Amino acid sequence: MGSQLGLAGSRGAVAGGDNVAVLRGVHYAVDHKPVFRGLDVEIRRGEVTAIMGPSGTGKTTLLRLITGQIHADAGTVEVDGQDVGRLGRRELYALRRRMGMLFQNGALLTDIDVFENVAFPLREHARLPERLVRSLVLTKLHAVGLRGAARLMPQQLSGGMARRVALARAIVMDPDILIYDEPFAGLDPISMGVVMRLIRSLNDALGISSIVVSHDVREIALLADQSYILSEGQVVASGSPRELQDHPSPIVRQFMEGLADGPVPFHYPAPDYYGQLLAPGEAAR
Amino acid sequence: MKLLRELLQGMADFLGRAGAMTRFFGRLLWMTPAGLLRPRLVADQVYNAGALSLAIIMISGLFVGMVMGLQGHDLLARIGSEESLGTGAALTLLKELGPVVTALLFAGRAGTALASEIGLMRATDQLSAMDIMAVDPMKRVVLPRFLGGVISMPLLTAIFVMVSLFGVQLIGVQYFGIDRGQFWSEMRSYVELSDVREGLLKGLVFGIACSLIAVFEGYNAEPTAEGVGRATTRTVVVSAVATLVLDYIVTAILL
Amino acid sequence: MRQNRAIDVSTGLFVLLGVAAIVFLVTQISNREFTSQGKGYRVVAQFDNVGGLKVGAPVKMAGVTVGRVEQIGYDMKLFKAVVSLGIDRRYDQIPNDSDASIFTAGLLGGQYIGIEPGGSEDYLKDGDQIEFVQNAIVLENLISKYLFGQGIKETPPGQAPESGEAATTTGSPAPAGKQ
Repeated sequence: MGSQLGLAGSRGAVAGGDNVAVLRGVHYAVDHKPVFRGLDVEIRRGEVTAIMGPSGTGKTTLLRLITGQIHADAGTVEVDGQDVGRLGRRELYALRRRMGMLFQNGALLTDIDVFENVAFPLREHARLPERLVRSLVLTKLHAVGLRGAARLMPQQLSGGMARRVALARAIVMDPDILIYDEPFAGLDPISMGVVMRLIRSLNDALGISSIVVSHDVREIALLADQSYILSEGQVVASGSPRELQDHPSPIVRQFMEGLADGPVPFHYPAPDYYGQLLAPGEAAR
Repeated sequence: MKLLRELLQGMADFLGRAGAMTRFFGRLLWMTPAGLLRPRLVADQVYNAGALSLAIIMISGLFVGMVMGLQGHDLLARIGSEESLGTGAALTLLKELGPVVTALLFAGRAGTALASEIGLMRATDQLSAMDIMAVDPMKRVVLPRFLGGVISMPLLTAIFVMVSLFGVQLIGVQYFGIDRGQFWSEMRSYVELSDVREGLLKGLVFGIACSLIAVFEGYNAEPTAEGVGRATTRTVVVSAVATLVLDYIVTAILL
Repeated sequence: MRQNRAIDVSTGLFVLLGVAAIVFLVTQISNREFTSQGKGYRVVAQFDNVGGLKVGAPVKMAGVTVGRVEQIGYDMKLFKAVVSLGIDRRYDQIPNDSDASIFTAGLLGGQYIGIEPGGSEDYLKDGDQIEFVQNAIVLENLISKYLFGQGIKETPPGQAPESGEAATTTGSPAPAGKQ
């Protein structure tokens, strides 16, 4: 299946044990509820790394730790050797200029058209002659197949198209790291295929490292070089798609096979069923 | 007992909010010099907050003026001083009615627009996206809107007062037959430059307050549809109360 | 952003209108007194009683405002009120023997200073003192004078009132009829 789509994972020339991002012993809590309890993740350079797990395990939170939008309560988050938690605003922004992020709903700026959206980082960070900006923007749009849509407004785009424009915007500054937050959510199979192909080819062609957060197991299996499965605030499994396929842990099994009940329970905690049904005239509480 | 606890909780929330708003204001002030280096963004927002509010300000101004003409004339006729209509109207409009009504209208039209725009950008992750693209959303989105509002308000106040005075004249001179020359010269001899200054100063102060409240609420709105709606409502309410409270404070200081 | 010409024009018009409104308000409806903003000169006058005279009250000659009261102080040694008048630069030919009196505008209006020109060839300069003054009429004194004393004599300023007159009067009353 992988070769059919031409998505053979390439342990490309650039990788070689070098980590572009490392999380070690990260603890993070929101309102006293722990999200991460000692998380260890390594994102290898030049590869597509997937972060998977049941809903609510904090996958998006992980991304925000990497981009420095939030700080860990304990442990370190290193990107390109720098401790993100310690960086001042200026250095953080400098680091972020080398990252590109694709949000779940694209997050395009709604008051400007597609072209201006993609041009946005260029206009804000670099003083380039207009012709150069135009070439760059059209090139990136071409890479995602939307050069013809350059003058449309975001409201006129379908979900898949909006996401592709957002992708063009994320790569316009030629980042070293690309982060995808649920890139497949809500897409039809065709669009999904398009996005998958783009993620892989961009990663290999541009020699960057990609982090994909998703719970689409099938898609990830075809796409990722390395996957992490999170549950209960920790990594419960990691490895290549093949390794995960054969992983013995029950939670991994439940996740990979999409079982309704297992370590992640089907029933929300409730009192005894028969007891509640048969109790004389009591309001369901 | 529960009422007391809720009251205390409400006061604590209020103080927290007020504190946060003050710090927010401080950040905006700090960024203002840098913000003025991008006049394009500010100019767009002067259009957004000011030019687009022009219609409502002028129409309201006209009618407020005309009503003042009617009521003022009726009132003054009772004590036999109809000729003072111009003076009374000018002083009332300039010092009180003009700035306050303009501020309330501004909060309703421009304040809500600013709050909902920013709130919507928050709810759709646009602000987050900008942050990740290493563009400070405060500088790019919030500050221009704040400055646009602050610049627009005194101008709108002046326009409101000017249009109202013509409304007063319309009723007083055209309808009630007060002599036009006397109308304006009476006004001229009793209205001082300090009164004009007072009115414009209030316009500026209210402009700062209403713009601050609007952008603050928008920026800190919960990123949901209801959150944005709530933020918009709160903008109008808080702006209105703040305007009236500041009105008292500024008047007391100046008199 | 580089989109709308119309937006730019509208914004420009709006700002123009706003500024025009401000100019209108400043010039058309307030009494423009751009006089004593450093473009005048000061003279002083000493009074026994300034009555209700306030700082900022007008200084008039022949009914025309030529300046403003800038400062009202009290001299502890002379026991007199010292009033600083700011006169517009344009009116630089006021004889230095003119007299300054405190009048009341209308029946119960605010008080102002009226200067009646003298005949001297020398004019008041910055820092000069107006020698001849008439104090403010204090209503109570006027009434008590009427009630208690008939022979109202004109007493020059500074001289003690002649014996026989009511001891409650202070300062000298302005002769009736002066405007």
